[in-house]
Amino acid sequence: MDSSAPRLGNAVLTPPEPIILQERPIKIKSRHVTVHYGAKQAIHDLDIDIPDRAVSSFIGPSGCGKSTFLRCINRMNDTIPIARVEGKIEIEGQDIYDKSLDVVQLRARVGMVFQKPNPFPKSIFENVAYGPRIHGLASSKNEHEEIVVTSLKRAGLFEEVKDRLSAPGTGLSGGQQQRLCIARAISVNPEVILMDEPCSALDPIATARIEELIDDLRQNFCIVIVTHSMQQAARVSQLTAFFHLGNLVEVGDTDAIFTNPQEKRTQDYITGRFG
Amino acid sequence: MSDHTVKAYDDDLGRLKTMLAQMGGLAEEQLARAMDALSRRDTQLADLIIADDAKIDALELAIEERSVTTIAKRQPMASDLREVMSAIRISSDLERIGDLAKNLAKRTHAMSDSLPRQIITGLKRMSTLAQEQLQDVLDAYTRKDAARALEVWRSDEEIDALYNSVFRELLTYMMEDPRTIGLCAHLLFAAKNLERIGDHTTNIAENVYYLVHGKLIGEERPKKDVTSITAIDPR
Repeated sequence: MDSSAPRLGNAVLTPPEPIILQERPIKIKSRHVTVHYGAKQAIHDLDIDIPDRAVSSFIGPSGCGKSTFLRCINRMNDTIPIARVEGKIEIEGQDIYDKSLDVVQLRARVGMVFQKPNPFPKSIFENVAYGPRIHGLASSKNEHEEIVVTSLKRAGLFEEVKDRLSAPGTGLSGGQQQRLCIARAISVNPEVILMDEPCSALDPIATARIEELIDDLRQNFCIVIVTHSMQQAARVSQLTAFFHLGNLVEVGDTDAIFTNPQEKRTQDYITGRFG
Repeated sequence: MSDHTVKAYDDDLGRLKTMLAQMGGLAEEQLARAMDALSRRDTQLADLIIADDAKIDALELAIEERSVTTIAKRQPMASDLREVMSAIRISSDLERIGDLAKNLAKRTHAMSDSLPRQIITGLKRMSTLAQEQLQDVLDAYTRKDAARALEVWRSDEEIDALYNSVFRELLTYMMEDPRTIGLCAHLLFAAKNLERIGDHTTNIAENVYYLVHGKLIGEERPKKDVTSITAIDPR
C-alpha cells in the first residue's frame, strides 16, 4: 500500500488517475480528408488527432460519415470503386495512402471488428491462427498455438472455449463470436483496432463483456469505435468525436462532451433533440 | 431550446422545473412569514409555519423521486443532465432554507413581551436582504440567468456584514442588561439562521451558474462572517 496517500480513518484516499489525452502521443493524424462516393461528398475536410493507448469514439446520426472515416483508416474504401479519398492520414507519421505502401501490411497493423460477428466458417483455432499464418508470424506449430491461446485469453474467450478449439467458430453465441473476431484481430499484433458498432447485435451482458474487454485492450492498442449508443461512447472512450452531415462538428474529452458540449449541434444530438 | 424527439422527456423535465418553482415559492413565503411571526410575537402564525414545513419536505422528496426516475429512464446528457442534477441540489438547499425558517418561527414562543423594538431591527434587515437574495436567485434559475446568479453569489457578503453587526449589537445588550441574555441568545440563533439561509442561497446561485455554463464559478467567494472569531473583552 502506498503510505504517502492521504488517509481518513482507515480509508486510504487515492483519487482515480485521470487520463489526460493531451499527454498521450498521437497515433493517427488526419488532415484535410475528403471522401466522395461518386458525386456525393461523404466527408468534408476532416482534421483529427487520435491518441494512442486510448479509446476514441465516433458518434453521430446515420449517414454522418463516421463509418466512412473509420474505413479510411485501414483503406477499406479502396474496395469501393466509386469511393475517392483525398487528403492525408498518417499513422505514426507514415502516410497510409502512400502509393508504395502495402495495403495488406497496413491492414495487419490496423485491425477491424464489424457490427455483425463474422467468424470464418472454420474451427475456433483456425479463425485465430489464420492471420498469423498468412503474415508468417509463427514458425512452428508450438508458436502458432501460443499465439492462438494468448489471443483468445486477451479477448477473454479462452476459458469458455479451451475444450473445443476444433469446434466451428460459427457455433458460438453472438457475444462469443464477437470476442472471437476480436481475438482474430489482435492475433496479428496490430497497433490500431477499428470497431464498427461492435455491440449493436449483442445483448446487454455480451455488450458489457465486450466493453470490459475494450477497456483492457486500451492499455496496449489505439482503439477507435463507431457506436450509435451514446452511453457506450460515454462509458468506454476517453475521446469523443461528433460527426454530422460529413463534418466533424466537435471533438474532445469524452467527459466534457457528455456533460458540457460546446457546439449546439452536439448538444442537440446527445440530448436526443434530433437525429 | 428545441424539444426532445421523445415528448414525454420534455414533460419529465418540465415537471421537475415546475415542482422546483413551487418549492422556491414556498420557501420564500415561509421565510417572510417566519420573520413576521417573530417580530410580532404571533405564536399562532408560528405554529402554522411549523406545520407548513411538511409541504416543502414533501416537494423535496417528490423532486428527488422524479429526478431518479428521469435518470433511470432517460439517461440525460449534457444540459439535461445538469438540469436534473441542479434540481436535486437546489431542492436540497431549499429544504434546508425551509427548516431554518421553521426554526426561526419556533423561537417566536421564546420571545417575551418586553422585547425592545430596536433589537429586532437588525434582524429584520437581515431577513429582508435574505428574502431579496432568495427571490433573485429563484428568478435567475427560472430564466437561466447566470449573470444574475453570479450577482447574488457575490452579494452574500452584505448579509455576512449585517450578521456581524447584529452579533455585536446583541452581545452589547447582554452585557448591559443580563436579564436580556435568554432572549438575546435566541435572537443570536435567529441571526445565525438567516446567515445560513444566505449561504444556501449562494449554493443555489452556484448551481444556477453550473446549470447554464456547465462549469463551476471559478473564483473564491467573498466571505465577511467573522463572528466565529469575535470576542468581547468583559472589562
